[in-house]
Amino acid sequence: MSTIWKENGEEGIGLATLANGQFWGYRRPDGRVGVRNHVLILPTITCATQAAKQITELVQGTVSFIHQHGCAQVGSDYEQTFRTYVGMGSNPNVYGVIVLGLGCETHQARSVAGEIAKTGKPVEVVSIQDHGGTLGTIAQGAKLAAKMVKDASRQMREACDFRELMIGTECGGSDACSGLSANPAVGFVSDWIVDHGGTAILAETTELIGAEHLLANRAVDEKVAKRVYEVIDAMEKRAYLMGVDIRTGNPSPGNIKGGLSSLEEKSLGAANKAGSRPLQELIDYAQQPSKKGLVWMDTPGHDIEQLTGMVAGGAQIVLFTTGRGTPTGSPIAPVIKIATNSAIFEKMADNIDVNAGTIIEGTETIEQVGQRIVEEVAHVASGKLTLAEILKQHDFGIWRIGPTF
Amino acid sequence: MDQYKTVMMKPQDSVAVALTDIPAQASVTVTCQDRRFEIALKDTIEFGHKFAVVRIQKGEDILKYGEVIGIATRDIEQGEHVHVHNLEGKRGRGDRLGDAS
Repeated sequence: MSTIWKENGEEGIGLATLANGQFWGYRRPDGRVGVRNHVLILPTITCATQAAKQITELVQGTVSFIHQHGCAQVGSDYEQTFRTYVGMGSNPNVYGVIVLGLGCETHQARSVAGEIAKTGKPVEVVSIQDHGGTLGTIAQGAKLAAKMVKDASRQMREACDFRELMIGTECGGSDACSGLSANPAVGFVSDWIVDHGGTAILAETTELIGAEHLLANRAVDEKVAKRVYEVIDAMEKRAYLMGVDIRTGNPSPGNIKGGLSSLEEKSLGAANKAGSRPLQELIDYAQQPSKKGLVWMDTPGHDIEQLTGMVAGGAQIVLFTTGRGTPTGSPIAPVIKIATNSAIFEKMADNIDVNAGTIIEGTETIEQVGQRIVEEVAHVASGKLTLAEILKQHDFGIWRIGPTF
Repeated sequence: MDQYKTVMMKPQDSVAVALTDIPAQASVTVTCQDRRFEIALKDTIEFGHKFAVVRIQKGEDILKYGEVIGIATRDIEQGEHVHVHNLEGKRGRGDRLGDAS
């Protein structure tokens, strides 16, 4: 079997191709479409993450994530963490969810499960204090998970339109090539998705400081333009509160080594990911967009926190450009890594899916690389695994906006 | 002969980017639309790093992508490396709150 694969090469074993603008996806009860069919073991509290991990060891087809949140949180910080959990469970890449709690935490498993159940997908709750401790919880969770995976495996993919796709865009480990090659190529894809009726999320508010006027000029109305300046101002004020030059944290030492000298320079390169279409709305962290087209989610520049916010907002696929190289992935959404330069593509071949460095070398144009990424999106949406999925890079991190008490 | 690749994004920019490592003293030709510069590099410029295509005075805005990427903290000669040693960002400067605004 492997010999045949080698002889045919990657091109020879592709899935049955669909008409341009379609992919094979999983239709969910709420009408949204998934590109994966995961059963998510969702721990709402740190104390339950180890039991959740044990269940994923026992049951094929399940995924989970480790985190340190879910208790002693209040106000808007509580809300944001709650919204992130609900968004992860509601993401259409997830067939069903087993919400795992301890029992006494602020982020009650039952409340999170109640919100996810509104999507119509199967949801179960298991709590450590109700099930006689760790081992009883793992047993109960694994039994429920095994049944859910069996049901999930019966669902077939069906032909879906690109207008049902929501793509997150992100850059991490940026270098001076990011703004010249991979980010403009992702901008091409962003425009392509928008033109096909889909949604593209721009994020990383921190990394748009210095480029906000360019996006405000593309806002569909005054209200959206005003919000652009508001979120930028709020992010900049957080740096003021720390009493430091934001450059002590962003651009990072790796960005600086790569030739980026200031946050503004990094931002102007990062803004290229947003292509050229009008900015439809500006949404909160982990919030689901209410409009199609280009939307801006207010997130920090931190790679994993931004990734988690976009996936919790409903993105089924994330495009991630990198110049310094990164392994980043999500437990539930495929992350397509795109190199800004050929050297890092070759050096980190384990982690990076697509090379945009050919733009720097002059052997391909931005449009040609953009077209290659569009094709990769179609393949990945239909089931092709990304390297981050193959390596089980299940990153998760919530943007905390308040202290823990 | 010009074996070194560079890119200058907009004609009003004050810097260009090296697309290969370029040794000090090398002569490079930088073009952007109707602008053309013959520059003798004063420093070694690593891949992805910037050099000045014009003389930049201390306190002057530095432009790339046709937009402001920071301010010169000292006079910068044509062909000099432009980076954190002579360029400072203007945004997110929590360290500057006590300064006269």
